[in-house]
Amino acid sequence: MALKGNLSDFSIIQLLNLITLAKKTGALYIESSSKSARLIFREGKLVYATAGMDAMPLIKIMARSKLIPSSMAASLSERYRSLNDMELGITLINSGYLTQDQIFTGITDFFKDIIRGLFTLTDGLFHFEAEEPPPLTSIPLRMTLEDIIIEGSRQAHEHEDLKSEIPSLDVALKFAERPGVNIRDINLNAEEWRVISYVSPKNSIKQIAVVAKLNDFQIRRVVYNLLQAGLVELIRLNNPAAPAPPRMIPARNPVEQRNLVNRVIDRIKTI
Amino acid sequence: MQTQTVKIVVTGPFNAGKTELIRSVSEIEVVNTEKKVTSESEKVKNSTTVAMDFGRITVDNDLVLFLFGTPGQKRFDFMWEILSEGMLGFIVLVDSTRPETFREARGILETFRAYAPTPYIVVANKQDLTDAWSLEDIRVALRLDSAIKLLPCTAKKKSSVKTVLLELLYAILEELDSAKS
Ligand SMILES: Nc1nc2c(ncn2[C@@H]2O[C@H](COP(=O)(O)OP(=O)(O)O)[C@@H](O)[C@H]2O)c(=O)[nH]1
Ligand SMILES: [Mg+2]
Repeated sequence: MALKGNLSDFSIIQLLNLITLAKKTGALYIESSSKSARLIFREGKLVYATAGMDAMPLIKIMARSKLIPSSMAASLSERYRSLNDMELGITLINSGYLTQDQIFTGITDFFKDIIRGLFTLTDGLFHFEAEEPPPLTSIPLRMTLEDIIIEGSRQAHEHEDLKSEIPSLDVALKFAERPGVNIRDINLNAEEWRVISYVSPKNSIKQIAVVAKLNDFQIRRVVYNLLQAGLVELIRLNNPAAPAPPRMIPARNPVEQRNLVNRVIDRIKTI
Repeated sequence: MQTQTVKIVVTGPFNAGKTELIRSVSEIEVVNTEKKVTSESEKVKNSTTVAMDFGRITVDNDLVLFLFGTPGQKRFDFMWEILSEGMLGFIVLVDSTRPETFREARGILETFRAYAPTPYIVVANKQDLTDAWSLEDIRVALRLDSAIKLLPCTAKKKSSVKTVLLELLYAILEELDSAKS
């Protein structure tokens, strides 16, 4: 029987679980309005994955895991342009750039991130093409899915909890007038810093998520942490009509920018 | 009309006075993250925890200025990309009493400038202390071109920080004017 349906009925985690338990071989296609992916399995293990339409070149995969310095990636791609992934992998190993383990690590990280990107999809179509093999020239690797399934189910639970704490993303944040006592001891990570730049009664959490490039789960987690720290409070959106995300200047328009700088100068003068 | 935000970034070696400078002018308690680096949190997710300061000045109804203090070390380079977005300009702060940090300050300046080609000034802090180096000597030690603004500062004093911020903002205006002509 064909394995196909909608992610609203069958989550990506449930699918991966099924494929693992039934030791399936073939390609799982995911297509939602925001994302698409192709995951290929052999006897329940992941052997290949692409996000979107095109496969990411091996050099780029290695560079994103910082196994190859990004400064070198371009020249290596150029030099080895005619090689397929398999040949390139062997060349990189033989020339001493990378070990086989490093190549596997880079690819595994990449595959995991593709799957993580699918965790939050609640809508979209999937279908499974039995026996579809990976491209002949791909690096032969078999990744067990147990870890990522556990991670995904944990995240799903956490997301449910976060949704009950922060049901709507159409609200805004403001800085607490009197922040919590232990404000000096907050440990903010990069995502949290990024969100902080956009805190304003006029920006909805949803808008902040867009500009900070965070998905619903990530933005809820960040906001929850900032709330827990007493740094921000949830408030009703001041300006619910505005659809555009908040803007970070410098604006491209120099007149507008000069105006902004002058306003800042006037304010600083009053300090 | 939505709130716009602009950033000024304060960078420089450890102990230069970044936290102090931001604290002097911020209207909110400065959030500082470098105190708690417990071994527990180190274990959990150290890779993304950053020592930084964060202060804020409301300009008017529609505009907020954020002041970010960040150590300039290489291991935080993933932050610079985030910080440089919407950044008006930056300040490189040096401790005038600690010449052994000048070389690091120079390195930070160069790296930051590569990331963010926005206007910047160099600020010689702790000028209230008797063993502070003179501006002329610091300029030579940092190999600063004469075109680059180097200003004296006592970060503990609000008026001094105010002058420094204004000088940076004037440098930004000058840059805008020269870009036009
Ligand atoms: N005398 C004097 N001490 C200062 C001045 N600015 C900062 N300090 C002191 O220098 C030390 C380091 O300052 P801090 O702001 O924590 O440095 P950071 O590591 O750059 O954030 C603290 O003990 C401050 O009180 C200043 O202008 N004058
Ligand atoms: Mg500090």
